Amino acid sequence: MQIIKPEEVLSEYYPPLTDHEALVEANRCLYCYDAPCTHACPTHIDIPKFIKKIATGNVVGSARTILESNLMGATCARVCPVQELCEGACVLGAEHKPIAIGRLQRYATDYVYERGIDVFKPGPPTGKKVAVIGAGPAGLTCAGELAKLGHSVTVFEKRELPNGLSTYGIIVLREPVEVAQAEADMVRRLGVEIKTQMELGRNLSWDEVKQGFDAVFLSVGLGAVPRMGIPGEEYILDGLQYIETSKMNPGSLKVGHQVVVIGAGNTAVDCATIAKRLGAERVTMVYRRTEREMTAYDFEYSFVKNEGVEFRFLTQPVEVLVENGQVVGLKCVRMALGAPDASGRPAPEPVPGSEFVLPCDQVVKAIGQEKPAVARLLGLETDKGFIKVNQDYQTSLPGVYAGGDCIRAKGSASTVMAVQDGKLAAFAIHRNLMAGMGAAADD
Amino acid sequence: MADLSINFAGIKSPNPFWLASAPPTNSGAQIHRAFEHGWGGAVWKTIGAPVLNVSNRYGAWHYGGQKMLAINNVELISDRPLEVNLKEIRDVKRHWPDRAVIVSAMVESTPEAWRDIILKIEDTGADGIELNYGCPHGMSERGMGSAVGQVPEYCQQITRWVMDVAKIPVIVKLTPNVASVVPPARAALAAGANGLSLINTINSIVGVDLDNFQITPNIGGKGGHGGYAGPAVKPIALNMLSSLGVDEVVRKTGVPISGMGGISTWRDAAEFLLLGATSLQVCTAVMHYGFRIIEDLTDGLNAWMDAKGFKTINDVVGKSLHRISDFNDFDLSFRAVARINPDKCIQCNLCYVACNDTAHQCIDLVDASGQVVPPYHYDVRSNGKHEAVSTRPQPVVREEDCVGCRLCHNVCPVEGCIEMVEVPSGRASVTWRELTEKRPEVTNDWEAMQRYREEVGIEIH
Repeated sequence: MQIIKPEEVLSEYYPPLTDHEALVEANRCLYCYDAPCTHACPTHIDIPKFIKKIATGNVVGSARTILESNLMGATCARVCPVQELCEGACVLGAEHKPIAIGRLQRYATDYVYERGIDVFKPGPPTGKKVAVIGAGPAGLTCAGELAKLGHSVTVFEKRELPNGLSTYGIIVLREPVEVAQAEADMVRRLGVEIKTQMELGRNLSWDEVKQGFDAVFLSVGLGAVPRMGIPGEEYILDGLQYIETSKMNPGSLKVGHQVVVIGAGNTAVDCATIAKRLGAERVTMVYRRTEREMTAYDFEYSFVKNEGVEFRFLTQPVEVLVENGQVVGLKCVRMALGAPDASGRPAPEPVPGSEFVLPCDQVVKAIGQEKPAVARLLGLETDKGFIKVNQDYQTSLPGVYAGGDCIRAKGSASTVMAVQDGKLAAFAIHRNLMAGMGAAADD
Repeated sequence: MADLSINFAGIKSPNPFWLASAPPTNSGAQIHRAFEHGWGGAVWKTIGAPVLNVSNRYGAWHYGGQKMLAINNVELISDRPLEVNLKEIRDVKRHWPDRAVIVSAMVESTPEAWRDIILKIEDTGADGIELNYGCPHGMSERGMGSAVGQVPEYCQQITRWVMDVAKIPVIVKLTPNVASVVPPARAALAAGANGLSLINTINSIVGVDLDNFQITPNIGGKGGHGGYAGPAVKPIALNMLSSLGVDEVVRKTGVPISGMGGISTWRDAAEFLLLGATSLQVCTAVMHYGFRIIEDLTDGLNAWMDAKGFKTINDVVGKSLHRISDFNDFDLSFRAVARINPDKCIQCNLCYVACNDTAHQCIDLVDASGQVVPPYHYDVRSNGKHEAVSTRPQPVVREEDCVGCRLCHNVCPVEGCIEMVEVPSGRASVTWRELTEKRPEVTNDWEAMQRYREEVGIEIH
């Protein structure tokens, strides 16, 4: 019998570029002016600049260029859908291979983290205090940018470790926990205090936050995987929990022989990958719409197909079948696409009498996340359940800002978008705080 | 199939490609192997005065990930005993009667020393002799090599000594480390040289190590100038070659020229032929890739000659020389403008930044609606490949403002995307020489120049 070592089968998929590979690839970059890759990047990293710095052997300068625009550059180098962003816009894409921007970015950012090099210093103190609720990519970015500008920042994080989904929600295959922690440590070294296991409404009161700080940034992310409301749901595993266990304590993750994953987004793909790599004989992803509507990125979809994961499209689970406390199957109904629904996609409708059973011994669901509960707690205005903000990321409460997944009412949530929110919100907070002091409102 | 064979001052070879006198021709075994690969000839690594060599003798210049765009060396002439070289030369020539075996020589500057070495070379059965007046390091400090090549009188004197003795053709190899190669060339010809070859290597220091501040290459804590060669020197070599080709005195003698300096491909070779070389010597490209490159040198040259209808090498030699001119005779009314083909353009905008920052500010970025937009003209919240690509402006030349400097054409990474197109200037053809003969005042009076410009309609932005 083959012994599966989780830390091996789930270890980071792409090896780091060697110095030589990085140099050759960096030299291939044309150094476009006003480059489309930079436009396509939500944080607008000056990509030709950081790549040329690799080519000239100024790797610290390269990392600084990246982190100036994107403090979570090491995470984004790994998890960004580069085919849709920078690499997708590369001018070499038409006739050649686009530059491997993500991997070069990883090369430069890993270089400074591995050597403990800090590329930024805290700014001269302004005397202003900002609270950040939630230490995910948006929160850490906002905190780091504010610290660079001299503000005193405290981050409150409900979990044990900072950096949100980068720490808990992205499989090690794409991003090891250490990378997420290195970013949080860098922010700490800018003078930011990260208080973990502090949750608003549980052991942290809103009054405390409101009275102790000059501004607040909410970067609370989203909630748990929502309920499906089908019989036997209590036997379905939470996909985010599944991923978290695979990262924090992979040895304890019990993977079934025949696993069904409900959903077809990137989290679902990651769950299926874990199950397959940890030894499931058969992993089936079940999705009520078709291949065309699935929200997983193309490269994630092809990756998981290569892993040997099977797909059942136009299939809706209706009941988890359980015998003697053990899952034995997932009862499903076939669907047909009807008229477009609120999301603009064709609405799937059940085909009467088409019920069938998928035999399985484990069911995992990854069908999105609950809307942020903080909105109701603070009585904030919302947009489709997400926290509503203005151009300056300010919520309906004065001095309270928000960013990241919790405001993403439009478009798909991603780390890089969260980073941009955190950065722009920090600049807006800074402008407002400094305007109050009668000082220059520059960022 | 074109006939690639040449007759260079009586030295015959089946193709014009000779290995230059350098490390690749250090021994009989190497030259045997080179001839097996098809090289037409070889100029034996210089023999003569006794020498000793050092380690770290080759430096190199790399650029943008490309290795060895040029090599720099402080290797001296052959450090193998003279008798060993002479024996191997005899052996190679006996095995390869159809190939050109030329022996490079350099000895101390006395008639006796030269007479002695010439007789020894002739005794091997070699086809010719090349006098090394070019070596810029080590030998020059001892009054040989470029120390001779830089002084026309020495060139003439020593060549005379050699010509008094030699019965086989003698080629004089010139140094580029001079203001003009014409005086030493004329001197060599005045003494009766049968051929010229150029260029030898150029004085150079290849770099400094930024970790320890040592000179590159580090020769036991020291470094110094060496001889520079390889692809990077080709334009310098072409200029020097053509300067001989257009010199009346040199041309009148009708002596053939062996061209070298950065020849790496058949394309380089064809350019040297067009500017007057009859034989072609190669070193750095062979040191980079080995003797095997002779296959494409001959194959590619042959195909090009067939395509252009050239039957023999002689048909090609000097074909472009009549176009060599100088600024005085360029047509001031010739006008070309850059045109960017939007179908080929990948919108890297390198032409835009080059023109805007460093040339003549005549390329605009134009959006889909035809509006001129500044660079970085997008909202900070705009992102994604579709937005980036679909809203990307196109560089467009304002032809009326384009001076035709050609910088954009040079920086464009896409073959055939930016073409220089000749357009009528509406002015009668005139050269600077003609203009200043007629109106000498324009050379020293800006107002006179302005009057002339207004008269003929030259507008400078």
